[in-house]
Amino acid sequence: MLLVIVFVISSVIGAQRLSLSGALCALTGKASCSLSAEERAILFDIRLPRILLAGAVGTCLAAAGAAYQALLRNPLAEPYLLGVSNGAAVGTMVALVFFGAHEWGRPVMAFGGAIAATFLVYRLARGRAGASPERLILAGVIVTTFLSSAIVFITTVMDATRIRSFTFWLLGDLSGTTSSLLTVAFIAAAVGVIALVMNARALNLMMLGERDAFDLGVEIGRVRLIVFAAASLLVGASVASSGSVGYVGLVVPHLVRLSFGSDNRLVIPAAAIAGATFVIVADTLARTVIAPRELPVGAITALIGAPLFVYLLKRGTAAVV
Amino acid sequence: MLEAKNITIRYDARFAVQGVSLRVEPGKVISIVGPNGAGKSTLLRALNGNVKSTAGEVILDERLLRSHTRRAIAQRIAVVAQEADVRFPVTVFEFVLGGRYAGANLTAWGWESGRDIELAQNAIAETELAGFESRLMNELSGGERQRAVLARALATEAKIFLLDEPTANLDLAHQATMLRLIRSRCDKSDSAAVVVTHDVNLAAEFSNEVMLMKDGRSVAFGSPREILTEQLLKQVFGLQVLVDAHPVSGAPRVTPVHEMRSGPRA
Repeated sequence: MLLVIVFVISSVIGAQRLSLSGALCALTGKASCSLSAEERAILFDIRLPRILLAGAVGTCLAAAGAAYQALLRNPLAEPYLLGVSNGAAVGTMVALVFFGAHEWGRPVMAFGGAIAATFLVYRLARGRAGASPERLILAGVIVTTFLSSAIVFITTVMDATRIRSFTFWLLGDLSGTTSSLLTVAFIAAAVGVIALVMNARALNLMMLGERDAFDLGVEIGRVRLIVFAAASLLVGASVASSGSVGYVGLVVPHLVRLSFGSDNRLVIPAAAIAGATFVIVADTLARTVIAPRELPVGAITALIGAPLFVYLLKRGTAAVV
Repeated sequence: MLEAKNITIRYDARFAVQGVSLRVEPGKVISIVGPNGAGKSTLLRALNGNVKSTAGEVILDERLLRSHTRRAIAQRIAVVAQEADVRFPVTVFEFVLGGRYAGANLTAWGWESGRDIELAQNAIAETELAGFESRLMNELSGGERQRAVLARALATEAKIFLLDEPTANLDLAHQATMLRLIRSRCDKSDSAAVVVTHDVNLAAEFSNEVMLMKDGRSVAFGSPREILTEQLLKQVFGLQVLVDAHPVSGAPRVTPVHEMRSGPRA
């Protein structure tokens, strides 16, 4: 419900304000509305795809965050913290530099990068006694910093005119929407979220310890593989289409757990919806606060997310590691 | 129902368990007793496949354990391990309902049926946790948490229980209650239990058979009366003990005799 309201409000406001009744009328598919041709173009060609992308990105990141937290038994696990997003970013940049012509190159390489980074972090973190949350965070930091330097390296060898748009993209930018990226993001969001929800019951047990989950009948190897792949797909799709939008995967699942408890059968779908809402709001702010100029949406989510997370930590709801 | 044949478990060059055999039959409670590092928990873990054995076989219902699916094994064997570490706000009820993972009759939407919920509630009542259903696991005391772990195992409806130090965090009253619960399950419903414990006296009281383990080997196996003798316990623990009969139950009662140079300390 909230998502629908946010969706409508977000489609009306922006650098060019549209009338609420006109937009509502047009959105419900009627032909004779009070919008001018120019306004219709703004609504359907610019604003709507961008809002849809924001929603898809939010869904991807929040659902992936919830899944990583459950799978890694770490309330602080998050695509960015783990280096998964940076992996996807490196993949995307490699695709842009080497196979710039292929539209599908970006998402495929981003997915590859995300999965490689996930695998690397997981292997680094895994000691004899399994992956402890502390080791995991450390491994995430190592992989993140390593990949950051790779990003810096790629940015440096690129020509100067593209650097600014890249810096913007790295911070999370939804302005470069294309219809194929939108399609990829939607398919990835649907496939990833369904795969996660189907494994949510197993995740509920793995969240409390892999050994116990094994004893209770969970095929932990299979579940781990599916969840890692689904989460990487979600992160890959979101990074390929919008760069690094931070904190969504951390804050949204926490807020959802506050109201729904920890059952992943509720947390994952609820985080998917709440994540979409959150990123649409953040992107609306990003394109309106200093209109007609724009902020990267990642800057807004971090500005909202970081203090909120500190607050959650202080309240002790984010079971401190 | 469950049999371990000549199990050997090796970590690199070290043998954790060496050539141990064990037969679990309906109605029996078997205790495994021995010093720290004797391989008791490792052996227990091998019985449901959580630890892979280097040599030897585990047989469940006349078939190799590894030929069963994880889900099928979990429907037959429940494990009570030392308390779980819970980092997420999970309620006692959700935790216990987790025991229904393998055996649940799910609704079309993937939720547990009324029967699953009833089984979880019964297990909560049996472990004296009624009224705790909506409390969070990480807000419970160690003993309450341990009871929730036992409740989860009872909720599985499995017939074979593997318990690793089930009474470690419990007070005197709850230690007896928990073991009596396991005992009566085994007596009434053709269940069986293997209990790893440091408490020799509880083992004497509640088990049909006791295995003494040292350095990964089974030193002796038999009824509590045959096994819990001064000589065998000295051999395994390197400690002088006094064994007499429990004044009420008549089971062997073990009292360590400490070397006291100048009488008991004040």
